Amino acid sequence: MKRIVYLLPLALFFVLVGYFLISLRPGHDTHELPSAMLQKPAPSFDLADLGDDNKLALAGLKGHPVIVNFFASWCVPCRIEHPLLMRLSQQDHLPLYGVAYKDKPEDAARLLATYGDPFRQVGLDQDGRVGLDFGVYGVPETYVIDANGIIRKRFVGPLTAEAVEKDLMPLLKQLEPSS
Amino acid sequence: MITELGHFALILALFVAIIQSTIPLIGAARRHIGWMAVGRSCALIGFGLTALAMLSLMHAYVTSDFTVINVIQNSHTDKPLLYKITGVWGNHEGSMLLWVFMLSLCAAAVALFSSNLPPALRARVLAVQGMIAVGFMLFILLTSNPFLRTFPPAPNGQGLNPVLQDPGLAFHPPFLYLGYVGFSVAFAFAVAALIEGRVDAAWARWVRPWTLASWCALTIGIAMGSWWAYYTLGWGGWWFWDPVENASFMPWLVGTALIHSSIVVEKRDTLKSWTILLAIITFSLSLVGTFLVRSGVLTSVHAFATDPERGMFILLLLVTAIGGSLTLYAVRAPSLQGGGLFAPISREGSLVLNNLLLSCGCATVFIGTLYPLFLDAMGGPKLSVGFPFFNRSFVPMMVPMIVAAGIGPMLAWKRGDLLGALQRLWVAYIATALVLLVTFYLTYGGPVMAVLGLGLAAWLFTAVLTELADRVRLFRIPLADSWRRAVNLPRASYGMSVAHLGLAVSVAGFAASPFAQEAIEILKPGGAIHIAGYEITLEHVDRLPGPNYVADDATIRVTSGGSLVTVMHPERRYFQLQNQTTGETAIRTNLLADLYVALGDADTKGDWTVRVYWKPLVPWIWLGAVIMAFGGMVSLSDRRWRVGVAARASRRVSQPVAAAGE
Repeated sequence: MKRIVYLLPLALFFVLVGYFLISLRPGHDTHELPSAMLQKPAPSFDLADLGDDNKLALAGLKGHPVIVNFFASWCVPCRIEHPLLMRLSQQDHLPLYGVAYKDKPEDAARLLATYGDPFRQVGLDQDGRVGLDFGVYGVPETYVIDANGIIRKRFVGPLTAEAVEKDLMPLLKQLEPSS
Repeated sequence: MITELGHFALILALFVAIIQSTIPLIGAARRHIGWMAVGRSCALIGFGLTALAMLSLMHAYVTSDFTVINVIQNSHTDKPLLYKITGVWGNHEGSMLLWVFMLSLCAAAVALFSSNLPPALRARVLAVQGMIAVGFMLFILLTSNPFLRTFPPAPNGQGLNPVLQDPGLAFHPPFLYLGYVGFSVAFAFAVAALIEGRVDAAWARWVRPWTLASWCALTIGIAMGSWWAYYTLGWGGWWFWDPVENASFMPWLVGTALIHSSIVVEKRDTLKSWTILLAIITFSLSLVGTFLVRSGVLTSVHAFATDPERGMFILLLLVTAIGGSLTLYAVRAPSLQGGGLFAPISREGSLVLNNLLLSCGCATVFIGTLYPLFLDAMGGPKLSVGFPFFNRSFVPMMVPMIVAAGIGPMLAWKRGDLLGALQRLWVAYIATALVLLVTFYLTYGGPVMAVLGLGLAAWLFTAVLTELADRVRLFRIPLADSWRRAVNLPRASYGMSVAHLGLAVSVAGFAASPFAQEAIEILKPGGAIHIAGYEITLEHVDRLPGPNYVADDATIRVTSGGSLVTVMHPERRYFQLQNQTTGETAIRTNLLADLYVALGDADTKGDWTVRVYWKPLVPWIWLGAVIMAFGGMVSLSDRRWRVGVAARASRRVSQPVAAAGE
């Protein structure tokens, strides 16, 4: 019986090797992010609002193209992105909506109070359920949802001025030809 | 020509390593002195050959030989000389060569400084090191050869990733690798002991200095990496729980446990199979870390170019090295007989607690790091666990460890007097309470956990000092007698105290981070940010040429209460070659707090994003790490390591050796 204990490290190691083998299998790219959600209806959500009693719900966003940004106060790259979001909301008046991903309401509120709030509305996704539905890989992530509630574009990681110029702005123009 | 010499030297080193890993082993089994001695010569020759390989690659970099593919991909004629040299290990192939070089350095050190080792043990240790070298040399030669040429030569190179062109990062890998690879010595000793089937106090005494030395190097390496991330990445963070960081932190945690558990083997001849397991795991985690970083199975900000084929090769290496050693462990470890018994409340007991908490801490980091991989294999979503997971799981485990680190050294071996120890620590209670009250008063309404963290640091710091005072019986016997006791205390015991003090200093640095203040604003030249009593004014931004970049250099005036404190120059550097921009932060420190300024992007109107952080006690994090490593070195200078067990029998031999170090 005692001998089995000494076999345990070896057994655990081979379980680990099994996992390593799976992730090394041919044709498997860990860097590729699933884009299964693109051009599909956005998962429905109904989130408590940060600050007031309104709710941030997908149904309420339909009718206009919107930008949904997943962020968190514990996420460092989000702070890098923040000045750009401020500029997009203040100078370009883009319809930005925030989802505080796995974040405490008071922390998210403090972040927005310190650096400014670029969002028209912020929903609280404390258990990360909505993030899971969207397939959020890590914060920040930004989604463009059109007037019919279809996901048209996904940006992984902090938005850059270049991505805004090249991808985001032309897409928004195309989605809302009237404005 | 010189490149070919290096290539040839590496191939030759492979064959020497093959001999080193077989002949001494057979010699040890057959008790053939001549065959056993082969290991020593092989280790020394192998070191010479890998050094030659390393130098020839450096030569190719320094002379910008653009017929060598590796140089083309990673260097450029405009690059400053320092980065031409350090660029050698700033890429996958070169860094693996550095790995092998460090490995042969360790083997040569074992060969040179092991004359007091029994010949059979020495032969086996060197043979195991030879096996590791064979694996890695094959890996370099078959999948990542830095010596390959191309014709016709390229007109110029592609340059080194600008982020890596930094003095801090230039010396981070050598220290880190020295630490990783140094643990291979402890691993080799563990495997050799399993082959022999004998672990005793003498064995622990031989292993400990090697473990300590690698631990010191790893501590410095990790601290350098963290410091680099802090001042380069521009958002003031110093640890991101990134897979690559964790890959270096896990061997450190288990290595720390190993240092502590081998004390028990040495002093009390027990915990043997556990210590052997720790030695195996420490090096195994270094290997797993290498696998994770090189194979690309985990996404990370540090990722080098990755290649699944290389991943497969390293996985094979892992299976051979770790699987082999753990099999040997499963077969042999049950027969290792434990020695002295001890009560739960004793020095041994406290060291067991330390080991338990450190290994659980390491297991959490391991699970957190590999979680995305596990989930992915099950077909789950691709998620990574961030700060919240590590902060909630790892930190609570370290708190009792730090509390115990204050009490443990006060306990006696075999059976300790906990109540007595707690009574003798009264000074530490008062100091801790004082620090708690003062910080709580000063930061009233602020983060309570941070205040408790500072109290924890104060507790450890004063407990260590109390223990030292207790040891020399300060104020209880005449001062002169205390002084005599202090002089006669072994260096190892000072080393422990210094290292624990360093830990306390680092803990204070970690704990104070919630007190940091930060401000991000878009400033016009002349605009100002107010933070922590400072006024930070953006005077002007100038475009300055650099050796291989163009910099936007901001002149920022810092005043406090109207008087000038300093002028800071954060930069943004644009590297034309790579079309990449990097930030150079400006940091002003007074050792109690850092003022940290980073320059962001300019918008179309010529306004600049400026990020300012005021970070109290943050320099203590690295200061503490340096103190910890220094403590390790003080302990290394203890005469006990140099006075081997064999030499101990004849005291006459030991005296001059010991005197030399004092």
